[in-house]
Amino acid sequence: MAHLKYLVTGLVFGFILTKAEVISWFRIQEMFRFHDIHMYGVIGSAVFIGIISIQIIKRFNVKDIHGEDIRIAPKDSTQMKRYVIGGLIFGFGWALTGACPGPLFALLGSGITIFIVPILAALAGTWTYGAFREKLPH
Amino acid sequence: MTEWLSQPWPWYIAGPLVGLMVPWLLYIGNKPLGISSSLRHTCAACFPGRIAFFQYDWKSEGLWNLIFVVGVFIGGFLGGSLFSNPDPIALSATTVTELRGLGISDFSGFVPSDFFSWSGLTTMPGFIMLVIGGFFVGFGARYAGGCTSGHAISGISNLQLASLVAAIAFFAGGLIVTHFIYPFIF
Repeated sequence: MAHLKYLVTGLVFGFILTKAEVISWFRIQEMFRFHDIHMYGVIGSAVFIGIISIQIIKRFNVKDIHGEDIRIAPKDSTQMKRYVIGGLIFGFGWALTGACPGPLFALLGSGITIFIVPILAALAGTWTYGAFREKLPH
Repeated sequence: MTEWLSQPWPWYIAGPLVGLMVPWLLYIGNKPLGISSSLRHTCAACFPGRIAFFQYDWKSEGLWNLIFVVGVFIGGFLGGSLFSNPDPIALSATTVTELRGLGISDFSGFVPSDFFSWSGLTTMPGFIMLVIGGFFVGFGARYAGGCTSGHAISGISNLQLASLVAAIAFFAGGLIVTHFIYPFIF
């Protein structure tokens, strides 16, 4: 029951992704072909609101619902190869499937059953990364 | 009254709502917005093998994230099926023209059923997009330490240089596939 709030939040997130049409392979192609502002508007305004929100949280020392300090773990910026190489590979997948991980689950939920295939393939990709992690440059 | 539920939302409504997910998750449970970690947690729960990367307490670290993803799935059902938009996506005319040139004929849904369907899976482009694309999404997200939500939204919101680098690489990878690979696989 303690996790019900995450179920509801995820539901709202999935619903927004659907209404924003960012789960659409067509919209992703439109973005990568620079034909429309839609995707740039969604991502840009999301980041804008995100930056302002986190600044407010930090400046005013906002607590979470349990009264504890909000802690945001920083990303490790000492490693850079992983972000470039891993990022490029992710980008290949993003353009091929037309979906990043969130949309994959929303698309499956919307009833397009074929999306179980890229989800299983993504699990295989995750597992393969885990298996070969030590051998990859980071 | 329920019209707004089935209509697509403009970017200036949907984008800020996506952005608000970041402080909301921090507020309700000190959790960072992210989706692709759920793939790692699933590996850790179901087939960890003897791989060090999957030896951790996935329940305490990731159960919330797996439940969040189940929510995304249900949200997809509500938004994409129960309250689905009956009209095709209002794409730019140039995009439609270019994609027709690649052999896509069905513009009615979220994805081209020409390739994103069980029959499409057996075509060469369909297989590459669904299977190889999916593999790259999972492999690349974990290699880069996050996906679009974790890096491009959540990480950049926290002004992380690593996330900015990752997001630029995501975009560069997508441009390469769209402009240099797609012309060859269709």
